[in-house]
Amino acid sequence: MDIYLLEAVINGILLGGVLALLALGLNLIFGVIDVVWIAYAELVMFGMYAVYWLTNVYGWPVLLACAAAILFVALLGVLVHLLIIEPILGSAPINQLLATGGLLFFLQSLATLLFGTDFRNLGIRLPIIEIGDIFISFSRLLAFIVALLGASALYLFLSRTFLGTAIRAVAQDREIMGLMGVDQRRIYLITSAIGGGLAGLAACLLMLQYDVHPFIGLTFGPITFMICVLGGLGNMIGGFVAAFIISQIIAISGYYVSIEASYVLAFVVFIALILVRPQGILGK
Amino acid sequence: MTARLLALLAALLVLALLPLLLPDYFLHMAVQILLWGFVYTAWSLMGRYGLVSLGHGAFLGIGGYGPALLWNLYDVTPWLGIPVSVALAALLALVVGYPATRMRVVGHYYALVTLALSQVVALTIIALRDITGGSLGMTPRAAGFSWYALQFPAKGQFYLLALIVWLVGLGAWIWVDRGMGSKALEAINEDEGAAAAIGINIMREKLRITLVSAALTALGGGIFVQYLMYVNPETVAGVGVSLQIVFAAIAGGMYSLLGPTVGALFTLVLTEGLRIYFGTSFIGAANTIYGVLLVLFIIFMPRGILGLIERLMTRPRRAAQRLAGIVEQDLHRDALHDLHEIARRILRR
Repeated sequence: MDIYLLEAVINGILLGGVLALLALGLNLIFGVIDVVWIAYAELVMFGMYAVYWLTNVYGWPVLLACAAAILFVALLGVLVHLLIIEPILGSAPINQLLATGGLLFFLQSLATLLFGTDFRNLGIRLPIIEIGDIFISFSRLLAFIVALLGASALYLFLSRTFLGTAIRAVAQDREIMGLMGVDQRRIYLITSAIGGGLAGLAACLLMLQYDVHPFIGLTFGPITFMICVLGGLGNMIGGFVAAFIISQIIAISGYYVSIEASYVLAFVVFIALILVRPQGILGK
Repeated sequence: MTARLLALLAALLVLALLPLLLPDYFLHMAVQILLWGFVYTAWSLMGRYGLVSLGHGAFLGIGGYGPALLWNLYDVTPWLGIPVSVALAALLALVVGYPATRMRVVGHYYALVTLALSQVVALTIIALRDITGGSLGMTPRAAGFSWYALQFPAKGQFYLLALIVWLVGLGAWIWVDRGMGSKALEAINEDEGAAAAIGINIMREKLRITLVSAALTALGGGIFVQYLMYVNPETVAGVGVSLQIVFAAIAGGMYSLLGPTVGALFTLVLTEGLRIYFGTSFIGAANTIYGVLLVLFIIFMPRGILGLIERLMTRPRRAAQRLAGIVEQDLHRDALHDLHEIARRILRR
């Protein structure tokens, strides 16, 4: 096997980890609250700015800044639910999607207003690991490992704790669970906070690899939605599988042609798959 | 009726004579309002029936780039280039719309599939940077004033073209609104299964409106590029412009004939006003306020500005109707009372 192709495949797997983490929070929110946060990637962007600001301007240690950023985005998630989703919980689902689309515009321009259009990065150079002739970026490997840990933690939380069980129950039948005495509003708020927290975690990992700028959300936002839909909206394992399929398409075709062409191909495959299996690859 | 017709003609005359009165800056605004109003109207054709497409940037992009590329590379006149691009956009709508309708891809899924479509077109344009100029955009070769090249450097001349195109859009809206297809699409929006059960051909109704909407959007893109004489992926394709189309249409009111145009007027006046007010020192201030307004619109007035105005204007009539209902009830009650009286008297006898 071509050594460069192998490198592309490995990098694809690593990219898949971060994409899976991004999709995880969105999927959780969709599965439980039945809402698509179109502005999800913009919340991630604010998380990235938080990490940048705390480390490079206020001189916090990176780990502490990351923890603060996760809390910050979790809080943003709660605010999104309280201010935008809750008032229109009863109206058509598409309205909720569009309302968060308005939020997308707001967050994007607010970032432009506050931070300008400069590209900013942490200025941390993580080493590059060399295995044989293959080069792997350490930051990607780290992101991949943390993403897997985050996903496992979420899985354990949802399957092993009382609260997690309540969240899964609400996702399955919100009306009956209300009758069973589950406080729906509280579950929604907790879910929004967890979803936001996952966006914050993704922000920390992305900040290690990419520059942050106000329009970064548009570069990986659409791909995150594709992954969620491809896995079946709300189906977290499906989302995980889809993340790796999409990232492999991007990595391998990026190796053969160009990076834009690889994204085009990923979106075309997505459209084709979803028109054949609208319920997602792992849907029933 | 004749009075309304006269008023309509007078309004048209005023609109047609506007170029003689307005300075260039305002004329530029007017052309933009008309052309964007046209595109938003085209989107509303399907948006009002619950077919919320986040992919109209794809059709706009094909319509915008197609004629410009054909003109620059092969000297094909836009008179041919625009129809070809419109047909191409309609074909794309068909290729995606057919399986989407067949597999009942609706709601969130429909919105996200169409979002992917707009990404495909935008990224393709960027990837073909050798001929499209990539993110930097491209300029159709200038030919001065030319019918053949469909280029009219004077704003007043182009204004008239934009006015005609806009009227075509309104005509399409009225045509759809008055047809039986409108009722069928409303039924489909309410309950697709029930609509199919009573014999509505869902495939035909949905595809027809999708094709018309996509074709008109592409036409708008083509004319827009002829006007601006510049096109880049960000302004005519991709997620940003797709969302812009949806929001402006909703803000203006997608259920009314002039709603999308009001949306174009509103967004343009807002962004221009805020831009002038804040100057260039606060890049993003205008859009920040715009974003907040969008969220508020969708939460508090989902029928848009014109929808709200219509509601307020019909309030007296609705109040009268309610009153009439109460009076009618009272009449019934009185009649019953009388019947009781009569019955009692008869019994007493």
